[in-house]
Amino acid sequence: MEPNSKQKFIISKKIDEFFIDIYKVFSFISRFFKEAFSPPFEFQEIIKQCYEVGYKSLVLISLTGFITGLVFTKQSRPSLSSFGASSWLPSLVSIAIVRAMAPLITALITAGKVGSHMGAELGSMKVTEQIDAMEVSATNPFKFLVVTRVLAITLMLPILVMYFGFIGMMGSFMNVHANELTSYTAFFKEAFSSISFLDIFSSVLKSIVFGFTVGIAGCYQGYNAQYGTVGVGKAANTAVVVAMFLIFIEEMIIVQFVNAIR
Amino acid sequence: MKNGVKIDRNNRVIFVKDLEKSFGELNVLSGLNMDLFKGENLVVMGRSGSGKSVLIKVISGLLKPDKGVVNVLGQEVDKISTEELQALRLKIGFSFQSSALYDSMTVRENLEFPLVRNLKNIKSKEVDKAIEEVLENVDLPQTINQLPSELSGGQKKRIGIARTLILKPEIMLYDEPTAGLDPITSVEINNLINEVQQKYNTSSLIITHDLTCAKLTGDRVAMIVDGNFLTQGSFDDVFNTNDERIRGFYNYNFINDNTNKKLNNFK
Ligand SMILES: Nc1ncnc2c1ncn2[C@@H]1O[C@H](COP(=O)(O)OP(=O)(O)OP(=O)(O)O)[C@@H](O)[C@H]1O
Ligand SMILES: [Mg+2]
Repeated sequence: MEPNSKQKFIISKKIDEFFIDIYKVFSFISRFFKEAFSPPFEFQEIIKQCYEVGYKSLVLISLTGFITGLVFTKQSRPSLSSFGASSWLPSLVSIAIVRAMAPLITALITAGKVGSHMGAELGSMKVTEQIDAMEVSATNPFKFLVVTRVLAITLMLPILVMYFGFIGMMGSFMNVHANELTSYTAFFKEAFSSISFLDIFSSVLKSIVFGFTVGIAGCYQGYNAQYGTVGVGKAANTAVVVAMFLIFIEEMIIVQFVNAIR
Repeated sequence: MKNGVKIDRNNRVIFVKDLEKSFGELNVLSGLNMDLFKGENLVVMGRSGSGKSVLIKVISGLLKPDKGVVNVLGQEVDKISTEELQALRLKIGFSFQSSALYDSMTVRENLEFPLVRNLKNIKSKEVDKAIEEVLENVDLPQTINQLPSELSGGQKKRIGIARTLILKPEIMLYDEPTAGLDPITSVEINNLINEVQQKYNTSSLIITHDLTCAKLTGDRVAMIVDGNFLTQGSFDDVFNTNDERIRGFYNYNFINDNTNKKLNNFK
């Protein structure tokens, strides 16, 4: 709800607004946790949203995953072969994909596809008073719309990331098999030997954090869209920009953290 | 005069006292007082931006009042708990200015939504029956499987009203039910509002700047000027005045008539 009192600015309009925005985001997140863990739970809607998020991103992720694996392998070969080390390709690729590329690229794709969709969908519901209508018909719109979407993408992103990793490795295998005639078993044995539990753990952790970020950014922007159709486009756009920006920052922090305990 | 209307002047379903609401520097409502009696249709008129929508959003608990008392069916909407507010809202129907149909759902799903979410144990047969009945009431049974984007503005309004009627509310809040509709469709909506009043004995707050709507549906008319009710009474009492701010509603139509005549002369 809007602040009612007539405001005086403490520092300047811009800076004050910036801090107010940060405060609003944090209260949005704390409201998420409060409502996510108090009944009634919207299981049916969560499953529906998981389907929307997961199934509908599948084609795009298959395509990008496959191409990423294939191209990365192809591009890395010359520098490895100049040391006569092209047999290291499977381990190099698996480390690159599992540790870095799968979480990052999948998250960026979902930010573009799912985050913008959430921003636009909730934004248009907001500006056409559908969210108000839900509230007066005694359904908690935050629980029904926001909690379900954020949970869905937080749950689905780790699965999508693993899927991306698998498809990426398949792309890489195709290229290695065609060039070095490595067999399927030899390739994957080599690939998995260089991945540790910590790598998998950090990727899953990252994808949970990224998923939550994309969900909160999309829903926050949409749920707080300003009146008018312009607001809908702006909500979708800001959702993507903010999510991508935060994803890179979180990537950096988590990598530092994981390297510290490695 | 309308038939079959029983107004109980001893029973106030809504009363609002000294209501104030501002947005930043903008004072929208300043000390507004209002009563709505059981079984009555109260029409609230006022210029665009005078705070009519804000008034019913405060009444339904969508906006918080800055000051004053807002009492609906014996409960103060801004003081009660979320659960109590939810329970209260089941007794209030809100027909939005923009219809506010859920555009990812079909008409059927729109109508089902308030029912299945609030009456957990309802059987699917009962749901079907309720949907059929309200669609019959708003005279649009053929639209049941259509999406809101496939409906006309007037049809959307009627489905929006149907969606609020499905829980058989004691109070109906209509935000500009006839805005943007042609005169014939407007009359249909006006009749629907009166039918709802007679059939379910609901009390209604009707917000409009459409004179015909005010005359046809209102048992009492109130006029918001500068964040407060300037006058209230029967339609004829309110408009039988020399106050420019009220006569303006007439004059506007008068100017329109004249311009139309001039335009016709050109043809
Ligand atoms: N959520 C809000 N935040 C800020 N200002 C608002 C908000 N809602 C309404 N206002 C302002 O309050 C004033 C009254 O708005 P309201 O929507 O009640 O007008 P109205 O009488 O319904 O007009 P119309 O006939 O055009 O629908 C307007 O100036 C509007 O800008
Ligand atoms: Mg309005």
